[in-house]
Amino acid sequence: MRFMLLFSRQGKLRLQKWYTATAERDKKKMVRELMQTVLARKPKMCSFLEWRDLKIVYKRYASLYFCCAIEEQDNELITLEIIHRFVELLDKYFGSVCELDIIFNFEKAYFILDEFLMGGEIQDTSKKSVLKAIEQADLLQERPRGDYFSNSASTHCS
Amino acid sequence: MALKIVKGSIDRMFDKNLQDLVRGIRNHKEDEAKYISTCIDEIKQELKQDNIAVKANAVCKLTYLQMLGYDVSWAAFNIVEVMSSSKFTYKRIGYLAASQCFHESTDVIMLTTNQIRKDLSSPNQYDTGVALTGLSCFVTPDLARDLANDIMTLMSHTKPYIRKKAVLIMYKVFLKYPESLRPAFPRLKEKLEDPDPGVQSAAVNVICELARRNPKNYLSLAPLFFKLMTSSTNNWVLIKIIKLFGALTPLEPRLGKKLIEPLTNLIHRIYLFFSQILHHLSAITLVCFSWLIAFLFFITVLISLSSGMPNHSASIQLCVQKLRILIEDSDQNLKYLGLLAMSKILKTHPKSVQSHKDLILQCLDDKDESIRLRALDLLYGMVSKKNLMEIVKKLMLHVDKAEGTTYRDELLTKIIDICSQSNYQYITNFEWYISILVELTRLEGTRHGHLIASQMLDVAIRVKAIRVFAVAQMATLLDNAHMLTGNTQRNGICEVLYAAAWICGEFSEHLENPMETLEAMLRPKVATLPGHIQAVYVQNAAKLFATVLKSQEGNTDSTTAQEASQLMIDRLPLFVQSANLEVQERASCILQLVKYIQKLQQKDVEVSEEVCALFAGELNPVAPKAQKKVPIPDGLDLDAWINEPPSESESEDEQPKAIFSKEEPKHSRPRHTEVDEKELARRREARKQEQANNPFYIKASPSSQKVYQETPGVEHIPVVQIDLSVPLKVPGLPMSDQYVKLEEERRQKERAEKKKKDKKKRKEKRSGRGKKHDSGPESEEDITPAHMVDIVTEEMPENALPSDDDERDPADPHKALDIDLDKPLADSEKLPVRSHRAAEVLKSPAEDEEGENVSSLEPKKKSSKEKREKKKDKDKDRKVKMLFESGLSETWERRLISVMLTFIFLFYSFDRKAYDIQGNLQDGSQVVVSVIFENKCDSFLKSMEFNVLDSLNSKLQRPEGSGPHDSLTIPFQLPPGVSNEARFVFTVQSIIMPQKLKGTLTFIVKNEESSTHEKLDFKLHFTCTSYLITTPCYSDAFAKLLESGDLKSSSIRLEGVNMPFHHLLARICFHHHFSVVERIDSCASMYSRSIQGHHVCLLVKISSQTVSVDAKCDEPTLLGNVLDEIKQTFSQC
Repeated sequence: MRFMLLFSRQGKLRLQKWYTATAERDKKKMVRELMQTVLARKPKMCSFLEWRDLKIVYKRYASLYFCCAIEEQDNELITLEIIHRFVELLDKYFGSVCELDIIFNFEKAYFILDEFLMGGEIQDTSKKSVLKAIEQADLLQERPRGDYFSNSASTHCS
Repeated sequence: MALKIVKGSIDRMFDKNLQDLVRGIRNHKEDEAKYISTCIDEIKQELKQDNIAVKANAVCKLTYLQMLGYDVSWAAFNIVEVMSSSKFTYKRIGYLAASQCFHESTDVIMLTTNQIRKDLSSPNQYDTGVALTGLSCFVTPDLARDLANDIMTLMSHTKPYIRKKAVLIMYKVFLKYPESLRPAFPRLKEKLEDPDPGVQSAAVNVICELARRNPKNYLSLAPLFFKLMTSSTNNWVLIKIIKLFGALTPLEPRLGKKLIEPLTNLIHRIYLFFSQILHHLSAITLVCFSWLIAFLFFITVLISLSSGMPNHSASIQLCVQKLRILIEDSDQNLKYLGLLAMSKILKTHPKSVQSHKDLILQCLDDKDESIRLRALDLLYGMVSKKNLMEIVKKLMLHVDKAEGTTYRDELLTKIIDICSQSNYQYITNFEWYISILVELTRLEGTRHGHLIASQMLDVAIRVKAIRVFAVAQMATLLDNAHMLTGNTQRNGICEVLYAAAWICGEFSEHLENPMETLEAMLRPKVATLPGHIQAVYVQNAAKLFATVLKSQEGNTDSTTAQEASQLMIDRLPLFVQSANLEVQERASCILQLVKYIQKLQQKDVEVSEEVCALFAGELNPVAPKAQKKVPIPDGLDLDAWINEPPSESESEDEQPKAIFSKEEPKHSRPRHTEVDEKELARRREARKQEQANNPFYIKASPSSQKVYQETPGVEHIPVVQIDLSVPLKVPGLPMSDQYVKLEEERRQKERAEKKKKDKKKRKEKRSGRGKKHDSGPESEEDITPAHMVDIVTEEMPENALPSDDDERDPADPHKALDIDLDKPLADSEKLPVRSHRAAEVLKSPAEDEEGENVSSLEPKKKSSKEKREKKKDKDKDRKVKMLFESGLSETWERRLISVMLTFIFLFYSFDRKAYDIQGNLQDGSQVVVSVIFENKCDSFLKSMEFNVLDSLNSKLQRPEGSGPHDSLTIPFQLPPGVSNEARFVFTVQSIIMPQKLKGTLTFIVKNEESSTHEKLDFKLHFTCTSYLITTPCYSDAFAKLLESGDLKSSSIRLEGVNMPFHHLLARICFHHHFSVVERIDSCASMYSRSIQGHHVCLLVKISSQTVSVDAKCDEPTLLGNVLDEIKQTFSQC
C-alpha cells in the first residue's frame, strides 16, 4: 500500500499516512486531486478506480471516506477488508466511532493505524492483539496533571 | 528550582491543548488562516520553553496543523527533542510527528540515529515499537545503513511484538540499503517458521513482496512455502503465498503440478474468506457470489500457472460464462472485479472472451468511469480484422458523447492503441484509418494532438500505398487550419498540423495542387502557431516550392513558377521576424535561396533540378530502440579512456579501487571496471554539461516527437481568439462511417466472388470426387486488405542484439534488490556494526565496511554461519526432491482442468450437494452430470463403481457392449482427504418434468490392516431448471417472441421477499439459468431456453416485499415446474 487517507464529505482531510517518502508539495497535490475525484463519484459506483499508476480503493463509512492507494498487483478486495478492519478497530477503541472522535483524538487514530499497518503491510490480522497492544501502550502513557488530554480519550483508555 | 516547576505548570494551564485548537479552528471558519497564524505564534512560544510537556503539546498541535496543510518543517528540531524524551507519553507524540513530517531531505534526520538506536534497545517493548513504527515512515539510506544491524538483532527479540515489527521494517531497510539483503536474509527466512503467527505472517509478507519483484532468486524457498501453505491457518498468509506461487510457477513449471492438489483443498477456505469480506462489504445476498470472487482470485494465479497450456480452453470457456453473471450484476464492485478477471483471462485465452463483446460494449455505457475504463482495456484485446471497424465506430460514438476531457482523452488514446497494436495488424483499410485520425482532430481540448500527429506520420511513412490519399487529406487539413487553431483551448490539437505540413511537404509529388497548398502554408495566421510547428511549415514550404518548380519545368509559360517564387519572397519575411530561433534561421536561409532562384528564373535558367536535389532521398522509418541495439564491436570499450585521464582526478581514483576489486573478485573485464562508479557518474555529468553547452551535439532522444515537444517558446506566442459560428466539421473530408459501409460491401462482394469461384471449383471437382462443404462463415484469413498495403518495418541495425533488457525502469528501487541469495555470505558483506557511536554518520559506506568488519564480533558469528550453510544445503536437497519426486508433468494439464471444474462445481455444491447437472446444447437429449467425490475418512478408497437405476425417461449412457444394469467404474482412486470429479452422461427423452433417479456407489475402503467393501445409496434429482441454458436475448427479439402468441402463460406470487430487487434478479439468473433482457425500475423481463429449444420468458415485478412472476413458455408443464422450483429457491432464503 502506498498511502491511506481519511477525509470527510466536505473534502476536509482527517488522517493521512504515507508509506513511501513523498515530498510535501506532491502530497498536497495528490490529496487534493484524489479527494476531488473520489468525492465526485456517486454512491452507487464501484469502490475502485485507476488513478495515475495506482489503484485506488475507497469506501465511505457515514460521513468519512477511507481511501487507500495500492499497487498494480495488490488485491482490491483484500484492501477493502483492510479498510473494514481499521474501521472495526476504531469502533472498538472509541466505542461506536464518529468523525468527531477522529478529529479530536487524531493522534490516537494514528496510533491504532500504526499498530495495524506498518510500512503499508498488515501487521497483525488479529483485532484482539492490536487492541491489546494499544491498551498496554495507553496504560504506559501516564496522564499528566490538569487533564492534559481530552476527557473522552481518558475514559476510553481506562 | 521548585519555583520554576510551579511556574511551568501554571503557564501550562493557560496553554491551548489539542482539543482547544481543534475547537478553535472549527469556531473560526471565516478567518481560519488568521486564527491559525496566531496559534502558530503561540506554539513557537511554547516550543521555546524548557518544559518537555509543553513542548510535546506544541508538537502534537503542529502535527494536526501539518495535516491541514500548513508548513511545519521549521519545527523539525523540536520534534527531535520531543522524540528523545525519556517518557513514553512524549516519545510517542514525537515519533508520530516525525513519521508525519519527516522525509528523506529533512536534514535533522541524521541527528536522530543515536536516539533511535537507544530506543530500539530500550527494555520497554513499547519504546522499541514506537521507534520502529516511526522509522518505517522516514527511514533514509543513511539510517538504513546505520541501523540495519540493530534491527536485524531485533528480529530475534524475545517478544513477538518486537519481532513482528522488526521483520516488517526490514523490507523498508532493504529498499533503502540493498546491501543488507544478503546478510539479513537467513534470519528472515528463519522467521518463516517462527512460533508466533504474527511474526510468521510478517515474514511471509516481506518475502512475498521481495519475491514478487525478483521471483527467480526465491525459487529455492518454494519447498518452505509449500509447507507453509499446507499448514498455515491464517487466510491472509495463505493468499500471499498463493500469489507468490503464481509468480514462481512461470519460472519453474514443474511446481505447478505439485500445487494442484493443495490448491484444490484450499479452495473452500479461500472461498469462505472472501465470503466474509463480501459480507462486510454490503448486502448479505452478495455472499452467494463469493465463490466467484474466490474463483477470480484463483484465476489470476492459475492462469499464470497454466500459461502455455492450450488444452483446457473448454473449462476456461465455462469460467468466462460464469464471469458474465458477475458482470451482468447491478452491483458495481462485482462488475468491476468481473471485468478485471476477464482481462486476466484475455491475456492467455483471447478467443473465449471475444464472444462476450456485446457485454463489454454494453459496459462502455456505464455511468461509472472506472467500469468504462476497464471495459476499454478489454476491448483492446478483443479486436480482430473483422470487428475492428465496428468497435472503433462504437468508440467514436462514445467520444462524441463523452463528458469530461480525461475520459475522452482516454478513449482517444485507446482508439489509437487499438488500431496501431502489433504493427497495424488488424487494419485492412488504411484510408479508413486516416479518416478516423482526421475525425479525431475535431476533438476539443484534447491533450493528445501529438499522438494523432505521430500516428499520421507513421502511417504515411510506412504505408506507401496510402500516401496519395494521406497527402490529399493533409492538404485539406492545412487549408482548414483555422478550424484547429481558432480556439486557444484547443491548441493541443494543433500538433496535428505539424504532421500535416510535413506529410504534404515530404510527399508533395502526390499533391494535386501544390501551389494552393503552398499558399495555405504561408498564410499570415501560421505565425500564431507554436514555434516548432512554424519551423516545419517553413521547411516544407521549401519542399513544396521545389515541387512546383519541377512541375513547371519544360513549360514555356513560366508564370506559375515565378508566381511561386514571388509568393515565397512576399510571405517568408514574416517568419524571418519570428521570435523562435529555429523558425527564424530556416526562414532567412530559404528566403535567400528563393531570391537567388528568382534571379536565375529571370534569366531563364533551368533550376528545378538543383532545387529538388536539396530534398532528394527517401526517409526510412527507424525503430526507436535501434541506436541502443547496435552491437558493440569486439575490442571496442566505450568506457575506456581514449587518452590518459587528466592528472588531477587521479588521486581520487586511487582509494576506492581496492574496495571495488575486492567486492567483485570475479569480474573478468580488464582495467576500466576499476574506475569507481561515483567517478563515472561524475564524468557522465560533466560530459552531459559539456554536451548541453555544445550546440552541435545531437542529443539522444527516443523518438522524433519528443524533439519538437521540448522546443521552448510555445507559450510566448499570442494566440488570437476567433469566434467560430461554423459547425466543427472540416469540410470536404470523408467520414469514416462511409468506409465502414464500403468495407462491408467490399467484403460481401469478395465473398460472393469467392463463392462463385468455389462453385466453379466444385463443379470441376464434382466430376472427379465427392462433395466439399461450403466455406461457411468467413474466417480471419479470408479478409483481404482493401488495397495492397506494404507496411514498411522499422529499420534495425544489422546483427542487433535481440535481448530486451530495457523493459525495466532503471529508477525502480527493486532492481537493486535483484540479488542472488543462495551464494554463501562473503566476509565483506557483513552489516556494519558499531560498538559505540562516534560522529561518523557522514562516512561513506565503503569506508565503513573496510574499517569495521574486522571487529571483535567475527568469531562469534562463525558458528551460526556454519549452521546456516548446512541448513541451506539441506534446503537445496529438499528442493531437488520436491521437484523430481513425482516424475514428469505430462498429465498435470488435465489435472488443472479438474481444479477449475471442481471449482465451478463447488459453487453448485453450495446449494445443491455435490453434483451438478448440465444440459448439452449440441444434443437436446443429453445431460451431463458432474459429481465430486471427496474422501472424508482416513482410509484409502478404491475400485469405485457408480450405478443408477434407469427409468423409462432417463438412462445412464454406458459403454457399448455392457448391459442396462451394469455399473460404471470410476477411473480414479481417492487417498484420504482428496476429492476428484467424474462426469456421467444421461440420455433424457422428455425434459418437461423433474425426476429423481436412485443409484448406488460401491467402493473398497482400504487401510493398513484390512479392506472392506462398502455401499452408498444416493438420489440424483434432475430439476427442470437444470435443463435450462442461460441464453442472452435482445429486447426486440424478446418482444417478437411474446407477440407470436404461441406461448402459454402462468404466474406465481412470492410473499415476504426481503431483498433488493437486483439481488432477486441475480438469484434467478444464478440458480435458474435465466438472463435479464430488460430492466425498468422494479420490473424486469428475463429469458432462458431449454436444451430442447423451449423458450421461457419471465416478467418479474416487485412491490413491497411481494414479488409477482408472470411467465410464458411453449410448454405449460415445463413452465409450471420451473416456477415451482423458483418458488422453492425463495422459500429457502
